[in-house]
Amino acid sequence: MKKLINAPEDVLRDALEGMAAAHGDRVRVSFDPPVIVRADAPVQGKVGIISGGGSGHEPMHGGFVGMGMLDAACPGEVFTSPTPDQMDAATKAVNGGAGVLHIVKNYTGDVMNFEMAAEIASAEDIEVVAVVTNDDVAVQDSLYTAGRRGVGVTVLAEKICGAAAEEGKSLQEVADICRRVNDQGRSMGMALTPCITPAAGEPNFTLGDDEMEIGIGIHGEPGRQRMKVEPAAKIVERLASAVVEDLPYNEGDEVLAFVNGMGGTPLIELYIVYNELNKFLQARGIKITRNLIGNYITSLEMAGCSITLVRLDEELTRLWDAPVDTIALRWGAR
Amino acid sequence: MKRFAAEVAENRSYLTKLDGAIGDGDHGTNMDRGMKKALEKLEAADGDDIGASLKTVGMALVSSVGGAAGPLYGTLFLQMGQSAAGKSELDLAGFTDALDAGIQGVIKRGKAEPGDKTMLDALGPALEALRSAGDDDVAGALSRAAEAAREGMESTVPMVARKGRASYLGERSAGHQDPGATSSHLLLKTVAEAVGSGGAAG
Repeated sequence: MKKLINAPEDVLRDALEGMAAAHGDRVRVSFDPPVIVRADAPVQGKVGIISGGGSGHEPMHGGFVGMGMLDAACPGEVFTSPTPDQMDAATKAVNGGAGVLHIVKNYTGDVMNFEMAAEIASAEDIEVVAVVTNDDVAVQDSLYTAGRRGVGVTVLAEKICGAAAEEGKSLQEVADICRRVNDQGRSMGMALTPCITPAAGEPNFTLGDDEMEIGIGIHGEPGRQRMKVEPAAKIVERLASAVVEDLPYNEGDEVLAFVNGMGGTPLIELYIVYNELNKFLQARGIKITRNLIGNYITSLEMAGCSITLVRLDEELTRLWDAPVDTIALRWGAR
Repeated sequence: MKRFAAEVAENRSYLTKLDGAIGDGDHGTNMDRGMKKALEKLEAADGDDIGASLKTVGMALVSSVGGAAGPLYGTLFLQMGQSAAGKSELDLAGFTDALDAGIQGVIKRGKAEPGDKTMLDALGPALEALRSAGDDDVAGALSRAAEAAREGMESTVPMVARKGRASYLGERSAGHQDPGATSSHLLLKTVAEAVGSGGAAG
């Protein structure tokens, strides 16, 4: 294992200290328990929004704390769900009297820890609504799995809900918008290489030099199939057809297209993917009216990408366009 | 409890390796971090109320392990503590009731059933063994429970996971021993060894 770290057990703390040193104007970082909070929290009268999950997916979620997006993020150990006391501290720190939305990715640990946190919050008379994202079409949603994983849609939901909260919408309204983004969103990812968690010190799975895994999860969970690497156009066709057919997205739909890098793939390749996605959707009469391209929900140094589509309506488009001022996503402000 | 912490520490790499095969490769590291925290809290607490001690362990695990194991092991110990509240010693029936309460908590939190390839597959058979034991031979009953947990743990090898991250593997999860069932076996094994050698069961 070659990594820019001091010691595996110090990774989270060292990285959070770096964030605090770099972005003290935007966020407050506390360490016991670890929570990243918007500098001006709690914003009185505004619905607070928190999210969280294992670390190693940066910039998600800490990079999305700020005006127009999250009020706080709870970073767990690498690829390990954060704990209820982190979520409780975050909930209290962002509660401006209008209640708090928990945006939770559908992973067993995240869901259970957020459930415990919601139980604690209700005992403290803070109104909490949790919305679970589950957009990964690679997983069959059945009684025999933990259900579809929450992936790319989470980033888009956090942005759109953040804007809705800034507009003064109520907790129920913001939660409804979150569910709508999740309902209208679908994703699928792929990997060219595995990744190494600092604690494990070795790759979490192996792929041959000429192999890729289609339908990968953001911790290297296996997907639908392992196969020989193909040209980008063919790979995009595999991902995009699974996504498009699942909802399904139809001719005449307007979508937000999100091409996400897994951490180890250069932007030049992500633009090649976007180009192929655009052609694929054009051929089916689906129009990309908004896009996001870059490394936003990563899997450490894994090479690969994911494609997320969200069907847009007028309101979701307006909320997507609204100003946002976070470490990793910024437009229309300042 | 010290023995369990030591056992977890000793088996850290083993648990992590098992988890690497069908999960995300951090079960040993996370449980080790949690049990170290639990020992710190126990030493600071110092009292002879077994229920309170178990709750202290549960809270420490909930607030330091994370992942799925944090809420599940945390709930196990919290519910056991609830059941044993105010008691300064536990007889076999008391321990069995506490374990039962803990297991019910785990089922409620994790919504898993026997055969899903989880820690329940080790805990469930252990509880059955305790229930069918007579009240006269505590050490013998606990050692049979540990043995049942070991068999339960081994029974997870051919199972196809239906809960947690391993479930994404589907059929590919068969052939691997469940890390959660393995750490649960370690827990029962330590209790049996502690009582067998004359130490306290807590």
